[in-house]
Amino acid sequence: MKGTLAAMRTITAPLVAVVLLLGCWQVAVMVADISPFLLPRPTVIAHSMWSNREVLFDATLSTATAALAGFALAALVGIIGGSVIAAVPVLRRSLYPLATILQMVPLVAVAPLLVIWLGFGLPTAIAASAVVAVFPVLASTIDGLRSVDPGLREVFLLAEAPPWTRWRKLDLPASIPAIVTGLRIAAGLAVIGAIVGEFVSGYGGSRAPLGIVVMTAMREARTELVFGAVALCAVVGFVLFGVVSTLGWLLLRRWHSSAQHELE
Amino acid sequence: MNSAPEVVCEALSRRFPNGVCALDKISFRVPSGGLTAIIGPSGCGKTTLLRIAARLDQSTEGQIRCVSRDGTPMLPRAGQLAVCFQEARLLPWRTALENVALPLELAGVDRAERRMRANRVIHAAGLDGAQQRMPAQLSGGMRMRVALARALVTQPSVLLLDEPCSSVDEFTRMQLDEEIRRLWQASGATTILVTHSVSEAVFLADTIIVMEHGRVHATHTVELPQGGRDRTSLAFSQEVEFIMRTLACAAGVARR
Ligand SMILES: Nc1ncnc2c1ncn2[C@@H]1O[C@H](COP(=O)(O)OP(=O)(O)OP(=O)(O)O)[C@@H](O)[C@H]1O
Ligand SMILES: [Mg+2]
Repeated sequence: MKGTLAAMRTITAPLVAVVLLLGCWQVAVMVADISPFLLPRPTVIAHSMWSNREVLFDATLSTATAALAGFALAALVGIIGGSVIAAVPVLRRSLYPLATILQMVPLVAVAPLLVIWLGFGLPTAIAASAVVAVFPVLASTIDGLRSVDPGLREVFLLAEAPPWTRWRKLDLPASIPAIVTGLRIAAGLAVIGAIVGEFVSGYGGSRAPLGIVVMTAMREARTELVFGAVALCAVVGFVLFGVVSTLGWLLLRRWHSSAQHELE
Repeated sequence: MNSAPEVVCEALSRRFPNGVCALDKISFRVPSGGLTAIIGPSGCGKTTLLRIAARLDQSTEGQIRCVSRDGTPMLPRAGQLAVCFQEARLLPWRTALENVALPLELAGVDRAERRMRANRVIHAAGLDGAQQRMPAQLSGGMRMRVALARALVTQPSVLLLDEPCSSVDEFTRMQLDEEIRRLWQASGATTILVTHSVSEAVFLADTIIVMEHGRVHATHTVELPQGGRDRTSLAFSQEVEFIMRTLACAAGVARR
C-alpha cells in the first residue's frame, strides 16, 4: 500500500512538471507571438502527430527495432567480450585501457563508414546503435569482473571449481550490479546511435524510421512534425531505459543494496 | 575406527616478498580426529598457517601435510578439507540454504541429495527456519553458523577454523562453541581451530598451541574429559589460568 503510493508519487511528480512546462510553452509562444516555423505550439504539434499517426507509428516501430537490436547486440558483445578480456591477462592489459578510451571517442562519427560497409538500410542503423552502446557494457563488465571479492574466489578455489563454473556461479552474478549500470547507459546510447545511423543511411519508403521522418520534415519546413518525431525518439529512449532498469532491479532486488530502498 | 588423517607440520616457514617472516620453522602434529587450538597475538601467522594447510598459499620452506592412518601421505581432494574463514564469505545472491549447498553443487551432487544434506547440517548448526533468508537478512552470528554449516556439509576429514567466533558476542560464542563441539565430535574430523579466546580453546581443544612471531611458544595438553566440559568447574578455570599465564609470559608482562 505504502509502496504503491510512493511509486505513484515518483511517477506523478515528473508528469506534473512536464504538463506545466508544456503549458508555459503554449502560453509563451502565444504571448510572444513566435513564428510557428521556429517554435510551434504544443497543441499544433499534438495535432500534427495525430494526423500523421500512421507514418509516425511505423517510424517509431522501425527505430525501436533498430535500437533494440543494436542494444541487444551491444549487450551480448559487451558481456562476452568483457568476460574474455577480463579472463585473459594479456588482453586485459592491452584492451581494457582501449575500451575505456574508446568510450570517450564520439563513435557516431564512424556512421558513414558503416554505410560503406553495410549499405543503406536497417543494418546500418543497428550497427551504429551497437557501436556506440557496446563500450559502456564492455568497460563495466570488465570493472565488475575485476572487483569480485578475492575471498569468495578462494571459496571456489578450495572446491576446485573449473573456470567456467566459477564464471557462471561467482564472477557473473557478482558483476551484475556493474553490468546493469553499463546496460542502463547503453540503453540511452543505443537510441542515439540508431537515429544517427538513420540520418546517414537515409532509407525511406513507406517504412521510414524516425530519423528519416525528422530529416524529411525539416527539409519540407514542417517544424511541428520535426518536434513530433523528436518526441517519439525520446519515448523510444525512455521505454528502453525503463525496461532495462526494471529488469536490472528485478535481478538485484533480492540481495543488492542498490535495489533495496525501492522495496520500501 | 576414525579414518581422518593426521596433520603434520614440519619446519614450515613463510616469508612474504616484503620481507615479513610470518612463519618461522614451525612444527607440530594434530592426531587423527584431534582438535588443536592455536592461540597467539594478532599478526603471529595463524591465518597464514591455515592458508598454507589449505593450499591457498605456499610455504617458502618445510611443509604441512596430511598422513593417512596407514602412514602414507595423502592429498585431500576437494571437499575432504574444509575451511571456515575469519569472515563468513557467503554469496550475497544466494539464500542460506543455497550457500550451504554450494560445495555439494560444485562437487556435482544432485539436487535432491544436496537439499537433504544441506538441511541436515543447517539443523545441526541451529539454523532451522533461516534456510530461505538472504545473507543480508541474517545476523553476524547466524552468518558465521551458515559458513560453519557450509564447511561441514561435505563431511570433511580435515577442518580448518579461523576464528569462527571472532565477530560474535560472548553469549553467542558459548552457544556456537557447543555447536562446534557437537559437530566436530559427530564428524570425527582432524581439526585446527584458531582463536583469540582462551576459554574457547580450553572448552574445545585437546591440545593448545601458543604461537608467537611465527613460532610455537608452548604446547599444552588439556587435561579435561572430552565429553561435557563444564566452564564453571574448578578444573576448567585452572586450565584457563594456566594458558593465561603462558600468554602473559609470551607477551613479557608476567609478574613473579
Ligand atoms: N599477503 C601478505 N603479504 C605480506 N605480508 C603478509 C601477507 N599476509 C600476511 N602478512 C603478514 O604476515 C603476518 C602474519 O599474518 P596473519 O594474517 O597470518 O596473522 P594472524 O595471526 O592471522 O593475525 P590475526 O589474529 O590478526 O588474524 C602479519 O605480520 C602480516 O602483516
Ligand atoms: Mg588471522
